[in-house]
Amino acid sequence: MSQSAVQPTPASPTPEGGHLLEVRDLHVEFRTGEGVAKVINGVSYHLDAGETLAVLGESGSGKSVTAQAIMGILDTPPAVIRSGQIRYQGRDLLTQSEEQRRQVRGTEIAMIFQDALSALNPTFPVGWQISETLRQRAGMSRGNARQRAIELMELVKIPAAANRLGDYPHQFSGGMRQRVMIAMALALNPKVLIADEPTTALDVTVQAQIMDLLADLRRDLRMAMILITHDLGVVAGVADRIAVMYAGRIVEHADVRSLYKSPAHPYTKGLLESIPRLDFHGQHLSTIRGLPPNLMRIPSGCPFHPRCPYVQQVCVDVVPHDLVLGDGRTSACHFAQEVRDDRAR
Amino acid sequence: MSDFETVAASEDPNARRGPSGEPNAPNQVGGTSVTPGRPRSLAGDAWRDLRRKPIFWISSALVLVVTAMAAVPALFTAADPADCVLSRQHAGPSGGAIFGYDFQGCDTYARAVYGARASLLVGALSALLTGLIALTVGMLAGYFGRWIDAVLSRVIDIVLGIPLLLAAIVLLKRVASDSATVRIAAVIFVLAVLGWTTTARVVRSSVITAKEQDYVAAARMLGASNSRIMWRHILPNTLAPAIVVLTIALGSFIAAEATLSFLGIGLKEPTISWGIDINSGRVHMRESATPLIVPSTFLALTVLAFIMLGDAIRDAFDPKLR
Amino acid sequence: MVRFILRRLLQMVLAFFGTTLIVYALMFAGQGDPIQALAGERPVTDAQRAYLTEKFHLDRTGIDGFFYRYFDYIRNLLRGDLGESLTGRQIGDILAAAWPVTIKLALIAMTVTVLVGVTAGVLAGIRRASVFDNSTLLLTLVVLAVPTIVLAPIAQYLLGVRWQLFPPTAGADPDFYALLLPGIVLGSLSLATALRLTRTSVAENLRADYVRTARSKGLVKRRIVGIHVLRNSLIPVVTFLGVELGNLMGGAIITEGVFNIPGVGFNLFRAIRTEDGPLVVGIVSVLVVVYLIANLVVDVLYAVLDPRIRYE
Repeated sequence: MSQSAVQPTPASPTPEGGHLLEVRDLHVEFRTGEGVAKVINGVSYHLDAGETLAVLGESGSGKSVTAQAIMGILDTPPAVIRSGQIRYQGRDLLTQSEEQRRQVRGTEIAMIFQDALSALNPTFPVGWQISETLRQRAGMSRGNARQRAIELMELVKIPAAANRLGDYPHQFSGGMRQRVMIAMALALNPKVLIADEPTTALDVTVQAQIMDLLADLRRDLRMAMILITHDLGVVAGVADRIAVMYAGRIVEHADVRSLYKSPAHPYTKGLLESIPRLDFHGQHLSTIRGLPPNLMRIPSGCPFHPRCPYVQQVCVDVVPHDLVLGDGRTSACHFAQEVRDDRAR
Repeated sequence: MSDFETVAASEDPNARRGPSGEPNAPNQVGGTSVTPGRPRSLAGDAWRDLRRKPIFWISSALVLVVTAMAAVPALFTAADPADCVLSRQHAGPSGGAIFGYDFQGCDTYARAVYGARASLLVGALSALLTGLIALTVGMLAGYFGRWIDAVLSRVIDIVLGIPLLLAAIVLLKRVASDSATVRIAAVIFVLAVLGWTTTARVVRSSVITAKEQDYVAAARMLGASNSRIMWRHILPNTLAPAIVVLTIALGSFIAAEATLSFLGIGLKEPTISWGIDINSGRVHMRESATPLIVPSTFLALTVLAFIMLGDAIRDAFDPKLR
Repeated sequence: MVRFILRRLLQMVLAFFGTTLIVYALMFAGQGDPIQALAGERPVTDAQRAYLTEKFHLDRTGIDGFFYRYFDYIRNLLRGDLGESLTGRQIGDILAAAWPVTIKLALIAMTVTVLVGVTAGVLAGIRRASVFDNSTLLLTLVVLAVPTIVLAPIAQYLLGVRWQLFPPTAGADPDFYALLLPGIVLGSLSLATALRLTRTSVAENLRADYVRTARSKGLVKRRIVGIHVLRNSLIPVVTFLGVELGNLMGGAIITEGVFNIPGVGFNLFRAIRTEDGPLVVGIVSVLVVVYLIANLVVDVLYAVLDPRIRYE
């Protein structure tokens, strides 16, 4: 199917470490008239074939910016990638030409966005928008592309797909629109799907349907997925691993079970305690005090220290490095072990 | 017919939508939290922005000069603009008459200086009257909403759809009097009656915004009357945007007055108006171009000054599209 | 779509009666001697007085007399009978001679607007905040602020009289070359507005979410700008151009007057000057109709271009 013109030849199928996609020590700034905002400050994470990584964080934590950096669709200016690597199948995308990166988009890595209404072009029928990808990127004829577009819409379970080809985005319901988005992203059989808050704009019942659809598609099409979200509830059933972001850093990284069972960063702990749970009765919900930091003036030391219940002098003075806790877990906290073992809180 | 409606038309209201709601959009990064220690007001930011703009200073200076000219023309010329001697027809520069004499043998420069008064008077009073109409209509429509808003918004649509020049011609043809005061009043009235709609729309939308604010809800809960809420709480919020629009409108009104006088249906002799002088200068441009060029330059610079001033202030207050 | 057009047609009919009633009332209501008012300060001959009395049914007075006269005027207007001007010519004939000239002028102005204004607007929008963008913004502000009564005579003086690049005046039955300078002067106003509108619209759409989607589909930049962005950002521009063409069809009073072009605006200009009341009323009435039709066409065009409106 995906006879894209330039199929990147895998130089070595399992390059160093064997990760399909790897972000290494990425630094991104936004330079505006008001000053420089350090949006990404040394993010590293990786994704293996067929797995789902959830990237969790509040808005402004840099999770979407990292994803856009991977896709190569950051607006520059104001965004500037200061340093770091984004390795896909062993090659650093950041050293590639714009044309090479364009070839990767859609065929290798595809992305779906939060608000499908604004992410779809309002003046073209959805069928046209799906088949545009096929015609432009896979060189399909008009008729073939149309046929394939119907198949894709059926794949994402849009009822009466053939009849809806000529409809415009505003004629679809929110959930159906997001399905159109997904169909469009799947058009070229990407190996990685980045889903940027795919359910945030939707009703709760529809959210579950879309998440189920994504999980099924990922399994059936054997893709890897990066799921960006601020909603811990969404993550649990779908993800294999979770990376928690705060102020442009990964503060904790673990498999889903261990992270839920014993979070090793005070921020993760705070997030977990702020979701209502059925098994704890009568306990009042706690919240994380304070506000996310201003990215033009990130606090000294650990950026979370002004809001942290475990704060010590060392947190104000020294930037914590990733502490390896075994089982591939890391936590960027001076007191990671104490936090992890502190179940009482 | 597209003669002097263009400035208002270029500001498409739909062109001012905010940026998309993407939480990580770059222009919102700095705003994710409150900056501690340094409170910043919109007016303060705008002023800091304006101070650096040469256009702001140039247009302000021009506005001041032309205002002084309108108030005390004798400061700028010693000559009497009514002192016209046919023997000096199209004579070159001499003595105080730095631009020479026109077809009637009047001092071209002196007439241009004295022309500022009628222009500014008409411009300022039309803008004032426009402001009153627009504030009333916009306030009623925005504050009370519902059917009042529906009716008034339709009225605005209809008036906005009337071609300004055609309507002004039809209206002004009804004014037979040649008395200077009556004609000035008529031109002011016609311009205000036809030109209040853009400002009213601006007022209406800022009233609607102000109405949603918490302190207005608080005032209402404390039992403040509608009129008190409108006067004390909402009016101050609508003044700044209204004044910006009115500054631009003032420039357009000056241009409109000159155009009507140029056509012979606005102000008439013996009132000195740039529009009248441009028309007579135009007729005799082959003999001498200065009587055309001098009032044209005065008019163009004055209109430009007001419009650029308003444009610069608005840009400073609305940085979205910079 | 059909319902949409029908609704707009109904609105247009209402607006037509409303506007003509206002025009008619303004011209005729409450005058001491309506005939003298029509003729202004000129002496009125007995023959003219008799014609006008009969033509406008001035022997009938009072409110219902007014409405009788109004509907009579509408009936004549719809039949295409505009009556005679004070000079004795059929107003319909005057317009038939003037309109082709005005249309030629309007088309020249429109061509200039689209070729220069829209193109430069797209470029400025793509390169927002560049030197090109800032200078076009300043330049268009100047063009917009300088009144036509300054622009037209100065252009005529410099380009026509002084440097003699163009014929300074057009005169009867003008050719394309004679209409070029006035067309450019006329077009420069629409040009400036179109440029600013295009620029804003393109700049806004370039930041739209769907552009990011198109990029993530791996489309080339040329296609993203040329198809996705342009399709969306030209909707308001085309609407503006439609309204503007309607305005230009009504004739440019100042420009045609200054350059002595015998179009619709020029005839109106002269009718005002010579205080030819019936001619003014006749031309204005027809212009109102043209204006309303132009607006209708633009509304339909908008609906065709923007699917969000079409399926409301």
